[in-house]
Amino acid sequence: MSVLEMIYGTPAGKFVARKAGLSDPPKLRRGRVLPTGPVVLGELAGGGIARETLRLLGIDAGQPILDEPGARVKDDKGRDVPPRYPAKPGAIVIDATGLRQITQLEGIRALLRPVMRSLEGSGRIIILATDASAVEGLEAKAVAQGIDGIDRTVGKELRGGATTNLVFLKEGVRPSDLASTLSFLLEGRSAFVDGQTWRVGPAEVTHDLTPRPFEKRIVVVTGAARGIGAAIARTFARDGATVVAVDMPASGDALAKVANEIGGSTLQLDITAADAGAKITDHIASRYGHEARIWAIVHNAGITRDKMLANLDEKQWAAVLDVNLAAEMRINDFLLAGDRPGGLGEEARIVGIASTSGVAGNKGQTNYAASKAGVMGYVWALKDELEGRPITINAVAPGFIETEMTAAIPFVQREIFKRTNSLSQGGNPVDVAETLAYLCGPASGGVNGQVIRVCGQNLIGA
Amino acid sequence: MTSRNAVVVGGNRTPFVKAGGKYAMASAQDLMTAALDGLVARFGLSGQRVDEVVGGAVLKHTRDFNLTRESVLGSALSPLTPACDLQQACCTGLEAVVYASNKIKLGQARLAIAGGVDSASDAPIVVTEPLRKALLALNRARSLPEKLAAIAKIRPGDLMPVPPGVVEPRTGMSMGESQAMTTKKWGISREDQDELSLASHRNLAKAWDEGFFDDLVTPYLRVAKDGILRPDTTREALAKLRPVFGKGDTATMTAGNSTALTDGAAVVLLAEEEEARGRGWPVLAKVIDAQVAASDYVNGADDLLLAPAQAIPVLLERNALTLADFDFLEFHEAFASTVLATLKSLEQAGVGTVDRTKLNVKGSSLAAGHPFAATGARIVASLAKMLAEKGPGSRGLISICAAGGQGVVAILEA
Repeated sequence: MSVLEMIYGTPAGKFVARKAGLSDPPKLRRGRVLPTGPVVLGELAGGGIARETLRLLGIDAGQPILDEPGARVKDDKGRDVPPRYPAKPGAIVIDATGLRQITQLEGIRALLRPVMRSLEGSGRIIILATDASAVEGLEAKAVAQGIDGIDRTVGKELRGGATTNLVFLKEGVRPSDLASTLSFLLEGRSAFVDGQTWRVGPAEVTHDLTPRPFEKRIVVVTGAARGIGAAIARTFARDGATVVAVDMPASGDALAKVANEIGGSTLQLDITAADAGAKITDHIASRYGHEARIWAIVHNAGITRDKMLANLDEKQWAAVLDVNLAAEMRINDFLLAGDRPGGLGEEARIVGIASTSGVAGNKGQTNYAASKAGVMGYVWALKDELEGRPITINAVAPGFIETEMTAAIPFVQREIFKRTNSLSQGGNPVDVAETLAYLCGPASGGVNGQVIRVCGQNLIGA
Repeated sequence: MTSRNAVVVGGNRTPFVKAGGKYAMASAQDLMTAALDGLVARFGLSGQRVDEVVGGAVLKHTRDFNLTRESVLGSALSPLTPACDLQQACCTGLEAVVYASNKIKLGQARLAIAGGVDSASDAPIVVTEPLRKALLALNRARSLPEKLAAIAKIRPGDLMPVPPGVVEPRTGMSMGESQAMTTKKWGISREDQDELSLASHRNLAKAWDEGFFDDLVTPYLRVAKDGILRPDTTREALAKLRPVFGKGDTATMTAGNSTALTDGAAVVLLAEEEEARGRGWPVLAKVIDAQVAASDYVNGADDLLLAPAQAIPVLLERNALTLADFDFLEFHEAFASTVLATLKSLEQAGVGTVDRTKLNVKGSSLAAGHPFAATGARIVASLAKMLAEKGPGSRGLISICAAGGQGVVAILEA
């Protein structure tokens, strides 16, 4: 701990920090927990799917308050202010799936203005819109993108750990396809996902939403010995999964601790080995029987060899690309090539880890950014290749997450990294894990080819 | 009687390290718990009950009277898992495997874990006999004068602890000194000993490089690899070492061709064959048979560490096998000369010749180290994996010698 960090930790230090604008960040609502306040549904012309989806989730949505000229009231200084909610809403779901005209965007404004200052801490704004590919006409397509701009800006204006996210619906999406996404966004599981946009389409196979979706399902997590990987293993286990925890042989003791804690099993394996895929399937078949199949594989293992490009040699370059990208592709190739004992199930989930560094670049991380942007490109391409198979492939792109690794960053730099996002804090490993678990959920079959940032709407690469 | 097979499903051990090294602060119980936890994790047995865990240690504190059960309680296994301690010097680990296998064969257990641990770093300190007697008297004393009288009996010289040593109570000789006599008696040359030691290091280093131990070893206390292993050692380097056992110019036993005092633990998962197959578990090898023997080393008729040479012919005879019928031979390397003298003894007795290319092909105690009670489980797990890789019908022979002039030998078959 540096001297600065020690001073910062004292009451006097905290007072000075607050004066300097470094106030304590809001504590985020986490886990499978709904907002405390009522969930409000703002249904715009042509919508309807949100109401049905909320009903599937067992949520009785309240009425919205609109900011219309006639409804405004005077405050104590005699200014016109929007009407207020009687009780702080916990979330507002805006069904904008029917919007096709620029003038209709006013409906979103009128719904949002009253909630901007009244949403409870860690409240949610969730906007549903129709994907540009599913609407006709230039104006409609432009409107879709316009909503994206609203989402991103609202995220930056919200306070108190509240978040906003936008989900674009593809052609033919049903409420059952949307339920897992809406549930994820409303609950604390999405605590550090803010200002993001992704797409949901119709699933090839539908499943009901349950609180323990991975019961009797095998989930493979690479890099599971510590940090984000251990959190991923624990989160999947919490949701019922039998976790196969994979990590380097040298991390075997930490790996065993994680596996024993969650009743999983360990596989000490260097994922860059040529036969890594076979080692994984052999392990599963020899622990859980010949009939066992992988429900989901989480490619979390990754390394950094940070160096400015001026100092970067071919070894540091190759090591990062091999572990972070090539190994994942080799293992998937093997698993996707055919049905085998301990192999990939019919309807499996593949998820990888990208990074905001891969989106925006980061000084001293050319190799890392290449590998992580590569993961994104791979996700998009593999999704197309898997067309017609009910397997999904997605990735998350974490921003600043508080781990042993990021704790090693010098204090001042770390504080800056942590605070340069809409939630003014670093994320927790569990935030990444929750998003991955959502993507791997049996009910998330309609979420495919998406890269979701878990970054608190980091200003870099937004 | 229904015939049941006891099979080796897998194993786990800590890396082995030199006594007083990185495990200096770990107790035998810590090490055994770590070995158990690694095995439990490898097979996803957390929270589950195993029919019995059997293990032990050679250097044992009185506080460790229930070492194995306490280790089980500290591990991720279900607390409903019974355990027992067993001790047969360096044969402890193998004897534990035999004990558990026999229970499985008899239907008294379907699933068992066998192993052993030793920490030469955590060896119990013994006080001198006068001090011990004085302390006991002090404990019995009721009045102050009685107490003072008890204390007054203690002499300064009594306060020195008795250093732990691997000394045979019957002969007063250390194991190395006894073996030095054997080495001389059988005419084992320094060159042959160094050669065997070199092979041990090379074979073990190769096995590590190939990832052979990826599913046999779980790191402990930031140690991921055996600490005694010298991958770069050479014939020349070994030849330079000064003899440490034996006297005069004829002494040949050095620190390079004798095993070092080591800390570590090893365990093996055993199951009834149908049980293992039913769970989809690997059936690496069956435990076929075992034999124990003892030598009359006290009267000088036999050698302290050559009892296996007596057990092997009995075992081969009973199973109608010859030394040539084995694909792998695992002879515990207490000292290089122990192995060489055993081989010579077998040859002289007409038992047969061991094909040296099949001997300790993944290295053995000289390179890996030898935490006494852990060695048997280390060898059983490694050999079972080698046999599984070699294929069905392949066979392996294990030979382990021990203090007190004892030896246990066993046959595994894939």
